Amino acid sequence: MIRMVWAAVAAVFIGVAAQAEEIKLAVTTSFHNSGLSDVLLPQILADTGLEVQLLVVGTGQAIRLGEAGDVDAILVHSRSAEDAFVAAGFGTHRREIMYNDFVLIGPKADAGAVAGAQNAAEALTRIAEAEAVFVSRGDDSGTHKKELALWAAAGKGPESFGAWYRAVGAGMGAALNTAAGMDAYILADRASWLNFANKGNLTLLFAGDPVLFNQYAYLPVNPELHPHVKAEAAEALEAWLTSDTAAGLINGYRIGGETLFTFNAGE
Amino acid sequence: MNDITEGLRAAFWLLVSFDAELWEISLRSLKVSLSAVVIACAIAVPLGTWLAVQRFAFRRTVIAVMNALMGLPPVVVGLMVYILLSRSGPFGVLGLLFTPTAMVIAQVVIITPLIASITHQAMRELWAEYHDLLISLNTSKWQRVRTLMWDGRRALLTAALAGFGRAIGEVGAIMVVGGNIDHATRVLTTAIALETGKGDFALALGLGFVLIGLAVCVSLVTHALSQTERRGRW
Repeated sequence: MIRMVWAAVAAVFIGVAAQAEEIKLAVTTSFHNSGLSDVLLPQILADTGLEVQLLVVGTGQAIRLGEAGDVDAILVHSRSAEDAFVAAGFGTHRREIMYNDFVLIGPKADAGAVAGAQNAAEALTRIAEAEAVFVSRGDDSGTHKKELALWAAAGKGPESFGAWYRAVGAGMGAALNTAAGMDAYILADRASWLNFANKGNLTLLFAGDPVLFNQYAYLPVNPELHPHVKAEAAEALEAWLTSDTAAGLINGYRIGGETLFTFNAGE
Repeated sequence: MNDITEGLRAAFWLLVSFDAELWEISLRSLKVSLSAVVIACAIAVPLGTWLAVQRFAFRRTVIAVMNALMGLPPVVVGLMVYILLSRSGPFGVLGLLFTPTAMVIAQVVIITPLIASITHQAMRELWAEYHDLLISLNTSKWQRVRTLMWDGRRALLTAALAGFGRAIGEVGAIMVVGGNIDHATRVLTTAIALETGKGDFALALGLGFVLIGLAVCVSLVTHALSQTERRGRW
């Protein structure tokens, strides 16, 4: 008996490693929470033999990982941060892949009357005037940066806000959980929202303003700066992500009948 | 309340259906945490015993610091190990970041002070009992340490299990250094954090119950192997 248990313990320590070539890709929580990666990764493995290892972090951390050379490429959505990343020589170039959109989520009662707003700036202005509880990601992610840009467009800054503005410093899912718990307004990407299981009393109140579009871009890490990065694998992955196969899978990905992402990789 | 019932049901289904992914991440959890415990014990047990036997300047300070380190915040340990192992850090050439090895390193740092402290507490009392005997037998320092470690093995088992408990339930550090990569560094605790983020509380709780069950099993197996708690061997 005791010998058998020892054998079992020993068996635990003997693992079998996968043989496919691995590539580390830092992606944003919104991309992963949407569930799209579960569709794309198996096809990438089948077509290119690349085993993509996803590091699911906020855009801020994804960019830090790329700068340090800890990943081979990043897939994020924050234009200004991406441009700075390439300009500083951390990435070789920036390639647009697809976009989805942000939506304003809030309690069904809608105390701020956001649902009737003409545009995103007006919607946020109404929330601020009603001083309705608003949950902010507050984690320097792409979504957070978008939210700050929208506040700026509405002529307001979070520094001047009272206790109704709550920066939680968490990922999209955790922030949605917080908003559901407090019946608060929150800016989310559509994919995370549709895939989110704990909706509670929240509902989609505002969407469709073009400023809410959310462009995802692929940036390979510069091999001149970090010689160990798998530049060839990163190139192969980029070729796949901009291929017709990827276009079909991305445009065809639906949750509850709704299209989440629109493929728009150029040439 | 309903979520808890759902969680129990999810845990049950995961177990009876022999969910392949659950097996994979549970085994990885075990592998990482048991490796960390083995390495941490190899460092902490001799260290704790030696601190009980040896008298030297600043001994109190060393022990106080060691006790304080029991409360090391895992996420800070994770961040420091991350910075050290990052490609831009001093040990970057090893390419260890985002591998199970990095997770083991972080856990060793977290649990070594804990195991050493518990060992030291137990060995201090044992040493008070054995002191006169071992001194009169003219034993060497190393012989004394060995005798204490052997005769105090039951207390050491408790120390190791406490370390294991902290390691397998830890999420802050391994999230940072492991990255929660599917099929590479995802373990039970990081999977729970991920499912909570997705708002899937039932699955998250289900995984949580599996984690608790795993910890209990390891404790039972350890007791069986060391043949403690048997008649005549209280």
